[in-house]
Amino acid sequence: MESIKDKVAIVGMGCTKFGELWDKGPEDLMVDSCYEAFEDAGVGPEDIQAAWFGSLVTGCTGSRLANAIKLDYIPITRVENFCCGGTDALRNACYGVASGSYDMVLAVGVEKLKDHLGGFGQFTTSPFDTSKVEVDLPPVNFFAQFATRYFYHYGISIEEGKKILAKIAVKNHHNGTMNSKAHLQREITEEQVLKSPIISWPLSLFDCCGLSDGGAAAILTTPEIARGLKKDYILVKGLGLANGAGQGLLDSDYGFTSMPENVKCAQMAYDQAGIKNPREEIDLAVVHDCFTIHELIIYEDLGFSPRGKARDDIEAGTFTLKGELPVNTDGGLKCFGHPLSASGLRMVYEVYKQLQGKAGPRQVKDPRIGLTHNLGGLPTYFNCAVGIFGMGAG
Amino acid sequence: MTGITSFGAYIPFLRLSRRAIADGLKGEKALANFDEDSITMAVAAVIDCLRGVERESIDGVFFASTTSPYNEKQAATTIAMATDLRRDIITTDYANSLRAGTGALRSAADAVASGTAKQVMVTAADMRLGEPGSLSEQGLGDGAAAILMGKDNIIATLEGAYSVCQEIMDTWRINRSPYIRSWEARFTGTEGYQKTMMEAVTGVLNKTGLNPNDITKVVFSAPDPRESARLCGKLGFDPKSQLQDPLSNLIGNTGTAYAMMLLVAALEESKPGDSILLANYGNGADAFVFKVTEKIRDIAPRGGMKNYMASKQIIDDYRTYLYYRGILPGMESIYPMPYGTTSAPALFREMEKNLRFHGVKCNNCGTAQYPPQRICVKCRSKDKFQPVRFSDKKGKVFTFSMDNVSSMIDSPAVITVVDFDGGGRMECYMTDRVVKEVKIGMGVEMTFRRLFEREEIINYFWKAMPVRF
Repeated sequence: MESIKDKVAIVGMGCTKFGELWDKGPEDLMVDSCYEAFEDAGVGPEDIQAAWFGSLVTGCTGSRLANAIKLDYIPITRVENFCCGGTDALRNACYGVASGSYDMVLAVGVEKLKDHLGGFGQFTTSPFDTSKVEVDLPPVNFFAQFATRYFYHYGISIEEGKKILAKIAVKNHHNGTMNSKAHLQREITEEQVLKSPIISWPLSLFDCCGLSDGGAAAILTTPEIARGLKKDYILVKGLGLANGAGQGLLDSDYGFTSMPENVKCAQMAYDQAGIKNPREEIDLAVVHDCFTIHELIIYEDLGFSPRGKARDDIEAGTFTLKGELPVNTDGGLKCFGHPLSASGLRMVYEVYKQLQGKAGPRQVKDPRIGLTHNLGGLPTYFNCAVGIFGMGAG
Repeated sequence: MTGITSFGAYIPFLRLSRRAIADGLKGEKALANFDEDSITMAVAAVIDCLRGVERESIDGVFFASTTSPYNEKQAATTIAMATDLRRDIITTDYANSLRAGTGALRSAADAVASGTAKQVMVTAADMRLGEPGSLSEQGLGDGAAAILMGKDNIIATLEGAYSVCQEIMDTWRINRSPYIRSWEARFTGTEGYQKTMMEAVTGVLNKTGLNPNDITKVVFSAPDPRESARLCGKLGFDPKSQLQDPLSNLIGNTGTAYAMMLLVAALEESKPGDSILLANYGNGADAFVFKVTEKIRDIAPRGGMKNYMASKQIIDDYRTYLYYRGILPGMESIYPMPYGTTSAPALFREMEKNLRFHGVKCNNCGTAQYPPQRICVKCRSKDKFQPVRFSDKKGKVFTFSMDNVSSMIDSPAVITVVDFDGGGRMECYMTDRVVKEVKIGMGVEMTFRRLFEREEIINYFWKAMPVRF
């Protein structure tokens, strides 16, 4: 088994503004994200030999993308892996290049969620159980179950727990104010978070990310070709993807304080990238803060904080923009918004810009290694994708 | 010898305070929760009746109701599946009359006496509606009962039965209407109830050669408690010492189930040697005399009327009642979940899992799992399982959330992860709970409920609820 490290380069990226884009259709999001990437890379659609198109609700086949961009009879695969769709499109595209089958490929993630009542709408796939007796409710409920148990397990009262989570929401909102593409761009206070209405107890409105429309795209090629295109291309250092088998709802040993998908997936990516101490070696992380409790659990699952100690790091400001390991520098799902399959590529976009030193007011000082992380799906049937990216080989 | 071998009852957790209907009204009535219907209540009563009884020994299920959820589609089969009975049994629905339950009881007794069945489960459940503002709305309650008829281990022998039929428009409901109608009580009480019940009770006394003072307790269903007291007087029974309390201010008139629920209440208080006279009214009357045997002392502990009556939560809000019964529309969330359509083939294929509530236990490592798996979650053995029934297991809440957004009618929707005693875990809704009492570690039991209705198909499934008693 070979590592993907340094075999694929990202030479162009695009990302639309995320939000309730009532005046934009899915084609607009595809054209705008792809053309920003083409211009950034200095290539055109005619240079693309294959594409991977991530979408949950804006899909059907790869031809949807071909139609929007007028790609000319090339292979396009539609990727559906819930919230990991974008990262998984990128992952498949990387293997297309690394295998030597293609020289230049496109990975795109687009969702037009807000055309559907409630965001997900009728296009959401049915749960595993075809007779529909399983609990099938919005994801907030399942993350709320993790919050309930996490607080209980570590002897944290609900009131204390909610205060810890509020700090995560406040941090991500602060970062979002420095990002003109973010869905939500305003500061909030801990008091506002704590007073916001309960959505699914114990989680409140401000513990939840925004549901948005948006698109993001990446152009990938070999490091050799990349060198001829630009100096500040970035290299893929590691890719992980892990799918849960529903163990948590079958097996009483599953604790609801950690997502094993996160742990296994991060380990895959760390092994490929040669990362031994993630807290020390990673300079910024853009992670799947769909709900504040998940960002807290991610700190522990990805090895940024010891088990049960995320609270100490949150209180110490470790993950703020000026902290030891900035997390969700672009506002995260909380503020950038969350168009499911677009989010993974949006995260790579942020890491790409940060590594290039082009992140503007939210620029982290001299980052070398950045990480992206998604988790989607149904409780304990989660799928997790992690990407690690860096500037320069080695 | 034929007689009662077991009995069970079910009264919903919720009670509507009559004060909520109109200021000045007294008492309360049993109120089916939004996720209950006559099938789910009957399932609960049958399970109560099955305590201490081998499920394999049941040869038939007769279900009686005027409010069966379907006009075409047997309810008794659903009840037999949910209570995990054999398939080679007689199942029949009895309907359209408040006498359907006692009619089923007579048929069951006849089946046992003739030898075509050893034990037949008779269950009745009702949740009739009176028009908002009507007198009947105040008096009606929801509930179920189950009586097992058999020939071995009889706790009350059937001494005799007598029936009359009487054509009369006293209380009725036409197909297209959800509400019952009645003619004025001056007419229906005198010409209907009093005359017909007199005829049946006199008939069964003559048949058994008994006098009113030979009877320990008379159990009379009645549209109004004053009618049964008046009937006692006319027949020579003492209403104070001999008449079973009609429980009008505690549960209300539960329709088809009413006479059988009151019979259960009488049996609970009875001692060996007692004679119980049961008479039930509805386009005629059915009367029975039972004699209680020594075996009543050996009966396994159960819910019965006593425990179910004591376990309750009062609803003081008339609007909630109107929403629960669908009289006021508008309780659908704008995000109706689950998405998509109901699939009859999927319901058919997954019946053992959904209705019988069978999970599996791995023959290799012993791990209990729900829903059933092909590959063991612990040891990955393939297809080495035996079925395990989870419906009678208790469990504990491992974690939970409470959703304020998804369900308008049951807000907050309490979603629990339950670890079963003896192994196995599942995620499910919690019903019949007091929201502020829900916590990690609380004890739960399983209850059969309506999950949702789509394509005019009701999807029944199991939910957790705090242990009721």
